[in-house]
Amino acid sequence: MAINLKGIISPYNALKQAGKKPHTVQYPFEKKEAAERYRGFHYNDLEECIGCGTCATICQNEAIDMIFIEGIETTNGDSGLRPRVDNGRCCWCALCVDSCPTGSLSLTKEYLHVSEDPDSFLLIPGLDNPEGKEKISWISNGNSLLDYQRVPMPELEGKERVKSFAEVVLGYSEEQARAEAARCVGCGICTDNCPVHMHIPEYINAIARGDDEMAVKIIYDNNPLGETCGKVCTRRCEEICAVSKRGEPIAIRWLKRYATEKAKNKDILKEIVNPVILPPNGHSVGIIGAGPGGLTVAYYLALRGFDVTIYEAKDHAGGMIMYGIPKYRLPLDSIEKQIEYMKSIGVKILFNTKVGKDISFNELKQKHEAIYIGIGFEVPYKLGIKGEDAEGSIQAINFLRAINSEKHVEIGNKVVVVGGGNVAIDAARVSRRLGAEVTILYRRRVEDMPADWEEIEGAEDEGVVIHPQAIPLEIITDENNKVKAIKYANAEMIPDPKGGRPRPKIIEGDEHIIEVTSVIAAIGQEADYSFLPDEVINAIEIKRGRIVVNEYQQTKLPWLFAGGDIANRRADAISAIADGYRAVQGIEKLLLNEDIKNGGRLN
Amino acid sequence: MREKETTLYFGPQHPGITGNMMVKLKVAGDTIVKAETHVGYLHRAFEKLMEQRTWMQSFPIVCRICVPEPDPNEENLARAVEEIEGREVPERAKYIRVMVLELSRLAAYFLWMGGQAGTAGLYTVPQWSVGDRDYILDLFEELTGGRIYHMYIWAGGVRRDLPGGFPDKVLRTMDYIESRLPEYDKLMFENAIFQKRAKGIGVIDKDKAMEWGVVGPPLRGCGIQHDVRKDEPYEVYDKLDFVVPTYEGGDIWARAMVRRKEMEQSISIIRQVIEKMPGGEYYNKVPNPLNWYVPPGETYVKTESARGEFGYYVVSDGSLKPRRIHVRGPAYVHGVSLLENILVGANISDVAMIMNSLGVCPPEIER
Repeated sequence: MAINLKGIISPYNALKQAGKKPHTVQYPFEKKEAAERYRGFHYNDLEECIGCGTCATICQNEAIDMIFIEGIETTNGDSGLRPRVDNGRCCWCALCVDSCPTGSLSLTKEYLHVSEDPDSFLLIPGLDNPEGKEKISWISNGNSLLDYQRVPMPELEGKERVKSFAEVVLGYSEEQARAEAARCVGCGICTDNCPVHMHIPEYINAIARGDDEMAVKIIYDNNPLGETCGKVCTRRCEEICAVSKRGEPIAIRWLKRYATEKAKNKDILKEIVNPVILPPNGHSVGIIGAGPGGLTVAYYLALRGFDVTIYEAKDHAGGMIMYGIPKYRLPLDSIEKQIEYMKSIGVKILFNTKVGKDISFNELKQKHEAIYIGIGFEVPYKLGIKGEDAEGSIQAINFLRAINSEKHVEIGNKVVVVGGGNVAIDAARVSRRLGAEVTILYRRRVEDMPADWEEIEGAEDEGVVIHPQAIPLEIITDENNKVKAIKYANAEMIPDPKGGRPRPKIIEGDEHIIEVTSVIAAIGQEADYSFLPDEVINAIEIKRGRIVVNEYQQTKLPWLFAGGDIANRRADAISAIADGYRAVQGIEKLLLNEDIKNGGRLN
Repeated sequence: MREKETTLYFGPQHPGITGNMMVKLKVAGDTIVKAETHVGYLHRAFEKLMEQRTWMQSFPIVCRICVPEPDPNEENLARAVEEIEGREVPERAKYIRVMVLELSRLAAYFLWMGGQAGTAGLYTVPQWSVGDRDYILDLFEELTGGRIYHMYIWAGGVRRDLPGGFPDKVLRTMDYIESRLPEYDKLMFENAIFQKRAKGIGVIDKDKAMEWGVVGPPLRGCGIQHDVRKDEPYEVYDKLDFVVPTYEGGDIWARAMVRRKEMEQSISIIRQVIEKMPGGEYYNKVPNPLNWYVPPGETYVKTESARGEFGYYVVSDGSLKPRRIHVRGPAYVHGVSLLENILVGANISDVAMIMNSLGVCPPEIER
């Protein structure tokens, strides 16, 4: 091939570059400033981080492990662990950042690290590089891989609801449940706050992968009233859900509801749960009160071969979940299904048997080796104002019980409910369904109300008027001693100098009168211990209306256990179930003399 | 009389290749009698690793299958998952993807240019081309947060939107690169030394090319017009105006000129993309990656990479993890059967030249 002249000369053009500055390398050497979204070393905001470990789970290099570091305490909602990154394994893909639920983890512009010491490549982000906060470059704000929006729960319209006692919440469809369950990161932070420590990530994971039956099995592992909790649980798990730090928590309660509702009747339920029932072990346990706590004790003891009998004063089991919770939240057939299932595995319930009246406590004591008391708080507090005994002044707890027993209660068309708890809201919403106009008087602010915010919103949707910072003074009656009106005063909130919650104080002269047909009081209840013999009362310790118990719900009398409202201050079903679950372990220890550890599988 | 044959171990570290691969040569004098490729130095079991990881965790892995040009891998996996899932990709994301793919093609060609000239002994070209490639890496750094491994294209779109002022920066870089191309012509493509080393060397038989499964610039250098972007347009290539350059001859020179002309086309494509890019969403979010079940199904997707048609065969069994991801890179053909064939009869000094002109990337062979 002939050599072309151009091909020889043209490369010399490159010589003209000789005098130019180099493009990349600068002298003196300057460290290159990284781009705005450079993915360099990690930084972790240790305060924001809750140690959920999602970063470690998503890391495809297993470069992240979770370790305890000094100064970070383990609390409910914080595992106390913090991520440590092995920069020898990290590939800076930032999946950990993009899936961090709290948004505490980020990557920085820092990228240079030279060392002969392999250990120096282990970085505890945030602790080892506090200066990283100023150099954050890759953060998941607005670009998170997680879904922070909950799948909305289909509900009846407010106007439709007040026409009947039909269930307000319609339940997730299969598709909705899968989508909602898929939002869960499976960190298990929630289980700390659940009184029973249910296996929440496990059953949500089962729902996400489409195995609803496994979800039910897992739920019944330590909660025999899964369906009830799926409908009415106070769901403290959701309060500390990792996803709730930046968005709406996983709808744990609604997912439990979805799974448990898959079992249409007690036979299907029994088939799904398929519990192992041990042969009778000859021990006998008596349970007073068929509330959620008593039922839990009965269920798990029956599975373990104990002979259990529940003594229930009323004609239905369930206690407060049967008589206290309105049917639009928890329908009767749902409760009956769960109770029937329990009976089918060997739980015996004696209805209309009030201890102290139909059978004496001492008789019980002779029949059984251990006794569990779960009588709940049945006696309502009085308002303590004039006119309270008038006709038309009723107690919410009695009102709800009567309605749930399908009795007619005359409340007229204008009702005032006094109180701010769930019972007050229930009474108000039931009154709406009976056709009355309802006003709630509450002594503090709306945000102070102990009721669930969903309940408060639901009440408002249905047209209940909430009047906060209002203290009732007097119920005005007519000549027939019938309620005519209620007088109340507006209150202002006085901050507590000791740092407690602000206290309401009546504004002098700011008094008003509302004409009413009924006043429903819902300011709390207490227990009735009159059935207990004096020697028992004296032997056990009762503090502020509650029986003092140990970690196994055992009272000062070794054979006597207590749980539920009479032993804890939570006053909800799940706490009663938790008490029952602990009592099961205590009773087993007591009667079988077996050293069973906490959290062991019972079925 | 038959000349005495010697065995020569070429590699695994040598200038003809990006990565590590060894060729065992039987030489008689300076002429190669037999060539045998030995791979395995970069084997990291990418395909198997992905079977142990969730779908989302597979994205940071695939880009490692090709260091000089990781984006076609991300594109393939993303498109495969989208096809199995039936997931829509926002229009803006498609344009951004094309921009990223063309930028990565340019970056890959710059790296090739350096290697190709370097194997011919022209050591100024690598200095320049690696420097100019860095301007593209700067763009990647700004867009994706990473210079080499971008982990940017994934199922549902792209990971982040363009940062403010980014299109202008891209256009400025394109203008700069365009102004540099004539300089490269003078330095390399018009260089008598390069021409003498490239013309008529490493010839691929046009009739055999299709039969062997040659793709990309080596195939177009045989005068056969084949380009996935034109033949089976993906993303928005059907809305863009570009030509597929071909050269006759099947030698190193033809392959080099195909790439040289394609660089102009890539610049033009990037300019069109920026002009036509619509606003709106850039990501159609997938579910929480820890609970992302991809429905059962299988698909084969392909992308035109700088080295040719790059295919992924992906199977999902409906679980959290891929059942199978098979990576079919162009280097599998170019680096093994083709190389072994066309090296026979070549001069030892041309081995690195030929190897580089085929664009062999060993991790694609070993994946």
